[in-house]
Amino acid sequence: MAHISDLIESDIDAYLLQHQHKSLLRFITCGSVDDGKSTLIGRLLYDSKMIFEDQMAALEADSKRIGTQGGEIDFALLVDGLAAEREQGITIDVAYRFFSTEKRKFIVADTPGHEQYTRNMVTGASTADLAIILVDARKGILTQTRRHSYLVSLIGIKKVVLAVNKMDLVGFDQTVFDTIVRDYRAFAAQVGLDDVTAIPISGLRGDNIASRSDQTPWFDGPVLIEHLENVPLDEEIRQQGPLRLPVQWVNRPDLDFRGFAGQIASGSVRPGDTIRVLPSGKQSKVARIVTYDGDLDLAVAGQSVTLTLEDEIDCSRGDIIASGNPPEVADQFETTIIWMAEEPLLPGRAYWLKIGAKLVSATVTEPKYKVNVNTLEHLAAKALTLNEIGVCNISLDQQIAFDPYKDNVDTGGFILIDRMTNATVGIGLIHFALRRSQNIHWQALDVNKTSRADLKGQKPAILWFTGLSGSGKSTIANLVEKQLYGMGRHTTTLDGDNVRHGLNRDLGFTDADRVENIRRVAEVSKLMVEAGLICLVSFISPFRSERQMARDLVEGAEFLEVFIDTPLAVAEARDVKGLYKKARSGDLKNFTGIDSPYEAPDAAEIHIDTTKTTPEQAADLIIQKLRDRGLIRDGWQGPEI
Amino acid sequence: MSDTPIALTHLQRLEAESIHIMREVVAESDNPVMLYSIGKDSAVMLHLAIKAFFPAKLPFPLLHVDTRWKFREMITFRDALAKRLGLDLLVHTNPDGLAQGIGPFTHGSAVHTDVMKTQGLKQALDQYGFDVAFGGARRDEEKSRAKERIFSFRSEQHRWDPKQQRPELWRTYNARKHKGESIRVFPLSNWTELDIWQYIHLENIPLVPLYFADKRPVVERDGTLIMVDDDRMPLRPGETPQMKSVRFRTLGCYPLTGAVESTAATLPEIIQEMLLTTTSERQGRVIDHDQAASMEKKKQEGYF
Repeated sequence: MAHISDLIESDIDAYLLQHQHKSLLRFITCGSVDDGKSTLIGRLLYDSKMIFEDQMAALEADSKRIGTQGGEIDFALLVDGLAAEREQGITIDVAYRFFSTEKRKFIVADTPGHEQYTRNMVTGASTADLAIILVDARKGILTQTRRHSYLVSLIGIKKVVLAVNKMDLVGFDQTVFDTIVRDYRAFAAQVGLDDVTAIPISGLRGDNIASRSDQTPWFDGPVLIEHLENVPLDEEIRQQGPLRLPVQWVNRPDLDFRGFAGQIASGSVRPGDTIRVLPSGKQSKVARIVTYDGDLDLAVAGQSVTLTLEDEIDCSRGDIIASGNPPEVADQFETTIIWMAEEPLLPGRAYWLKIGAKLVSATVTEPKYKVNVNTLEHLAAKALTLNEIGVCNISLDQQIAFDPYKDNVDTGGFILIDRMTNATVGIGLIHFALRRSQNIHWQALDVNKTSRADLKGQKPAILWFTGLSGSGKSTIANLVEKQLYGMGRHTTTLDGDNVRHGLNRDLGFTDADRVENIRRVAEVSKLMVEAGLICLVSFISPFRSERQMARDLVEGAEFLEVFIDTPLAVAEARDVKGLYKKARSGDLKNFTGIDSPYEAPDAAEIHIDTTKTTPEQAADLIIQKLRDRGLIRDGWQGPEI
Repeated sequence: MSDTPIALTHLQRLEAESIHIMREVVAESDNPVMLYSIGKDSAVMLHLAIKAFFPAKLPFPLLHVDTRWKFREMITFRDALAKRLGLDLLVHTNPDGLAQGIGPFTHGSAVHTDVMKTQGLKQALDQYGFDVAFGGARRDEEKSRAKERIFSFRSEQHRWDPKQQRPELWRTYNARKHKGESIRVFPLSNWTELDIWQYIHLENIPLVPLYFADKRPVVERDGTLIMVDDDRMPLRPGETPQMKSVRFRTLGCYPLTGAVESTAATLPEIIQEMLLTTTSERQGRVIDHDQAASMEKKKQEGYF
């Protein structure tokens, strides 16, 4: 790996000393295969001597076999990794490349430029200090150039290199370069990018990459590597901000030591500094900055440290240790959401939200608008699909400390996680808190759920009946309610068909509307539990996520899922309401079991197999289950007080 | 507020990132383990872990999958290190492979690696119920690794699906998983071979002596120098072990690990040699030469 330095041979110790002080720049390259992106990265690796002879030999062999340069060395092959994409001739994901010069180590996020891969570009950009936007000199600014620039700006990259590539194919013509640069600057300013450095290059031939090309005597700016070596680092800028230390882990080896471990997101800290723990707002002073290499007098953004405090205050994983202008605390925000999953974002569905080390439950509202990444137009939207970007409000189940994303990416950026698959399905950037959350407080009521239930001599509960249309949910629920009524219990029933005639008459049968339908029903059934009632809910409720959401709204023992298990063939044969026939003929769309999925429960409290049990037997089983759980008792005589 | 920015070096930033990753795993997993291969990358990973949880002891055990064909010096080093640092070291050997007498000479490198290494690792992870395993792989090692996430998900069958990996943004890792699924976490993802050597030099991290040049008995076989580490190695007609000054750039099973002729006996000399050399690190590994994209295939099957 011949780093060209005489020091290596003459004085290796001096060389090592020099290289221990290299800094680190992370950047992203944006462009498509056609723009010569892979070729440029291959060239950077080649020019910085990061390619070994055996790799070079393999490259020469591959270039002849599958190269696109007519047997000449195809640098793109150096960076196209996985077998599948080699065959397709495209890169399909984020790959990270490494090279270094005398001054800096570089980590390059290499992402594809195709429209469907917004997800990958945003991912690669999230850790980058700088973006290289590649433009083919023959084609100028394209739609994708605008798209890349918008995404780069959205994710918070401030420094851009406009690399006008393939200058050799336009005869190194200055007018071509100047026109492209002028067009680009005008557009970049619109999306908030004003730190743009433009460089005319040829990735294939190496012009203005590592050394100045004699083909562009009219160009007096820096060549690419020189610029990358000297551009200021984000981490050093972040040191100037207020202290933010998201607490990752509490280090308690014994009773005498309690340290708060984390990587400093911004600012700096010294022993004796007054800090605040958020969201609680408790105050203390830093006692020590503990590391394996000895206590520090000063720690700055980017370092992983362990702090001890002078006072015994509550502080745990997910909290933020802060000083200076404190982060805000809220539970509702306006955000930009970038959706990254095949399954669309469903407004109203509960997702996990992870911000820093904090994990909370979140629901997202219908988008205010989505953004067309090619034209920057705002469009109306009901939901977001893969690679779509929209502005939405989100609401959390608890308050968190945060900064607006534009001020701090680590305390203002979050990921959304599907509660069932655990996949990362989207990301979000916090704009600001909605003041509403600070104004609405829960009324502390003297008459509460327990007192209301006591008066009725029962324990409140939700019996959630789920199953296919025609499975027998309503029939069985009706029998159960009759028995409860006969026992003097106070009940109510929420039935799918009935609710859709009133409360939910504005909703249809798309996935998004089904989620909202169940969300409302779950909230209503929660109010019924608050009223001390036994609430029977009879809804197809096809999605596990929504049933889980309903379960999470009440206390654990109060929710019983009743799976009315009737095979599709049996339900369809019964077809009491004639709906299956309509669905099969195409007259009824999005019908559960036919062209819309039903996700059966994994662990319902009560499982009724209707092919083996009559409705009467089922009702008896359910009543028995309520007795077993202590939700109803026989011979109960009234409140004990 | 600091007055003038403190320029963190690339090694300080890599160190801080690795520590952050390890703490995140310990905070979010039930039963983590660190795979310890005795090599230089494992040495760095272990050193970083000790730093991450200082002053507490390591909150997880180390696991070595012993194929029984490692260099003898590796085993000596491993046991001495575990004793000196008071580490909770687990050693697992595939008992089925052992009973069948699987070895690289009798069964070839592919079968040996699959049975003793890949299957052995899966057995150990299942046996102890580990839900997260730290590995020392780096993205610069090989092309298919360049796309590997830092948190890499494995199905219940330990399979890796390159299309089902989660996007990783900022330093926010999603470590949630279902029962039975596991995660491989690579805290050294962004380190290069040179970074590893520089850090070992700077931090004085002890290494197996095999990395340093010494006179060792070797035979040249199919263009590779193989050290005759014990009498299980059948010599071909005409082969006589010769004492040569050699060292190893990577360590593994001795019959599958090529030596390089060298006189580099100190760390600076090793780094010097590496910087002036013209072949990549993995070239010494016999298993990578099988076919194009072979590493990707192995990973899908559960190889680390």
